[in-house]
Amino acid sequence: MDSALIPKGVKRCPLPVFAAGIAVVGAVVLWGVAGMLLCWLKGLNQTNMNDSYGFALWIWADLAVIAVGGGAFFTGFLRYIINKEELKNIVNFAVLVGVNCYVGALLILGIDVGQPLRGWFIFWHANVHSMLTEVAFCLSCYLGVLIIEYIPLVLENRQIDKVPFFHNLGHNMHEIMAVFAATGVFLSCFHQGSLGGVAGVLFGRPFSYREHLLVWPWTFFLFTWSAAAFGPCFTILCTKITEVITGKKLVKDNVIELLAKISGWMIFFYIIAKTTDTWYWAAHTAPAMGFELNDFYNNVLYGKWILYAEIIVGGFIPALILITKAGRRNPLLLWTAVLLATFGVCLNRWVMVCQTMAAPVLPFDKWVLYSPSWQEVSTTILPVALGIIVVSLSYRYLPVFPQEQELNPID
Amino acid sequence: MKVDTKQKKFGMAIDLDKCTGCGSCMVACMSENNVPFKKDETNKLDSITWIKVYKVTNDKKYPDTDLCYIPRPCMHCDGQHGHAPCVSVCPAVATDNDKSTGVVSQIYTRCFGCRYCMAACPYHARYFNWWDPVWPEGMEKYLSPNVSPRMRGVVEKCSFCFHRYQLAMDKAYVEGRRELREDEYQTSCTQACPAGAITFGDLNNPKHTVHKMVQPDNKHHGKPKNPKAFRLLERLGTNAKVYYLSDRKWVRKLGDNQTPNEESSKKH
Repeated sequence: MDSALIPKGVKRCPLPVFAAGIAVVGAVVLWGVAGMLLCWLKGLNQTNMNDSYGFALWIWADLAVIAVGGGAFFTGFLRYIINKEELKNIVNFAVLVGVNCYVGALLILGIDVGQPLRGWFIFWHANVHSMLTEVAFCLSCYLGVLIIEYIPLVLENRQIDKVPFFHNLGHNMHEIMAVFAATGVFLSCFHQGSLGGVAGVLFGRPFSYREHLLVWPWTFFLFTWSAAAFGPCFTILCTKITEVITGKKLVKDNVIELLAKISGWMIFFYIIAKTTDTWYWAAHTAPAMGFELNDFYNNVLYGKWILYAEIIVGGFIPALILITKAGRRNPLLLWTAVLLATFGVCLNRWVMVCQTMAAPVLPFDKWVLYSPSWQEVSTTILPVALGIIVVSLSYRYLPVFPQEQELNPID
Repeated sequence: MKVDTKQKKFGMAIDLDKCTGCGSCMVACMSENNVPFKKDETNKLDSITWIKVYKVTNDKKYPDTDLCYIPRPCMHCDGQHGHAPCVSVCPAVATDNDKSTGVVSQIYTRCFGCRYCMAACPYHARYFNWWDPVWPEGMEKYLSPNVSPRMRGVVEKCSFCFHRYQLAMDKAYVEGRRELREDEYQTSCTQACPAGAITFGDLNNPKHTVHKMVQPDNKHHGKPKNPKAFRLLERLGTNAKVYYLSDRKWVRKLGDNQTPNEESSKKH
């Protein structure tokens, strides 16, 4: 029925099967929309946040999707700036995943603020001292860049490509994509860093506060680095999941291995830096504020296990797997590594948001724990479900994976 | 007419040895500032209390048991380099540290409810309006006309009853004055405290009682010279304008965090 839209030389499942799949995910979207409307119409009393937990699941989700969406800017950087030619076979998909991550982040932010209709104040009445201001500007601009990077792919649709104007537009956009990739890297370095700065500048919160280099706390650099390091792992994870769902090999092993190797070394050096940062904070920064390490990890939920889980399980282990040839060539180990890496960076963002809120600061304060309401959960899953639909539609109608035809010849 | 350019620094000194924990300050504050309340106030984590009274003990058994009540308004921090923890992070300049009075204000119509300021405040002095304010029938007639009620989705906090300052200044201007007498601008909690535990005034004015009590050292970020005075979380560098006084060492010690190493080295 929709065969005229499907790229030449590839096979897709029958439309009813595809539609059934979309309907299932669509039901999840509706669940998310219900939660979103409740939050918008009735207010944030629909959440389980409170005055001690002003930042919670949503802010974590924002930080996490932007971190894992970092695969887009870093893969673009490797492909267009460093000229890693092989990565042209995965950069489209990295951009697609990135677009979804960033749209999701902005959607969640739109629900998270108490007065969404005043959201434009952050641009109009911008406070240049606030890390959130930098996040808002760079994040919005970068989403624009990602959409520009995504447009040429859309223009490659069989029917759109028949129109000479769109064909030429797509071709010309490809030619200048390095400029947008460079812009994306510049913007990403700032908003990824600023998201780290959001927690790092809080000198009233010794758990997340870090020393500065000029105006930037160390978390600024760690967040940028970790997004560049872990983001490609998420791109690989999404590629592998797509391959499982479609039952096809979509990207050649040498492409995955190259990205995995670069990601592995990036994670390796990041996690050494993170460990050093943790040591310095525990030995100098926190004691100067009257705290020792145990003060931050003496809770039932927030014990030291979380530190080990982040640094060892979600850091050193995936790094060591990915930097060894045997590790990244073994499918099971590769899966393990990209899953652990995604878990590690998400856990880091959780800790920097939620543990910061939970840990007591006043000597007579107690830990405050929190569990999200269904409205928070559904609205957090909403962009994920929307992302699945966008990826599915893109995969079905656009040549997202340039090697698909070669890897899956039709008889 | 002479224009006053002298910088004021309004602040508070709370004598914890006088505070009985009666909560009058909280009631007066809510009434004065149109602070909304819920039908069921069981969950204190989303209740709005611009000034909140904490109860702390020395954790000793009878007969050595001792307790103390710590009223905690907004600390109106000066922070480091003039940036209070909350002021510097607000992305829309909805909160401001007024250099002429030292009062940290909250602009309700500017706030878009991101709650970053709440995350930044170590004192939990900032509150989010999770609901629209609903007053029991007839009570709206008793709201203060000088303070705007806040809508759902914005952050609010203690303003040191700034509207009282504005009213007092209006009166002074009409009378041809540019300076207020000490008693002309007092917060509602100060006036409501039956034990006289709260003292309010200009920390920069040596004639004001609050200055005499605290003896702030402006060369060292306002650290009190009075050995019985202290500020909550002094080491974080929030540079608060609310001071506490107590003769009891354990109370003063409770004002800030100390690592076990520091405690043991002090004992030796």
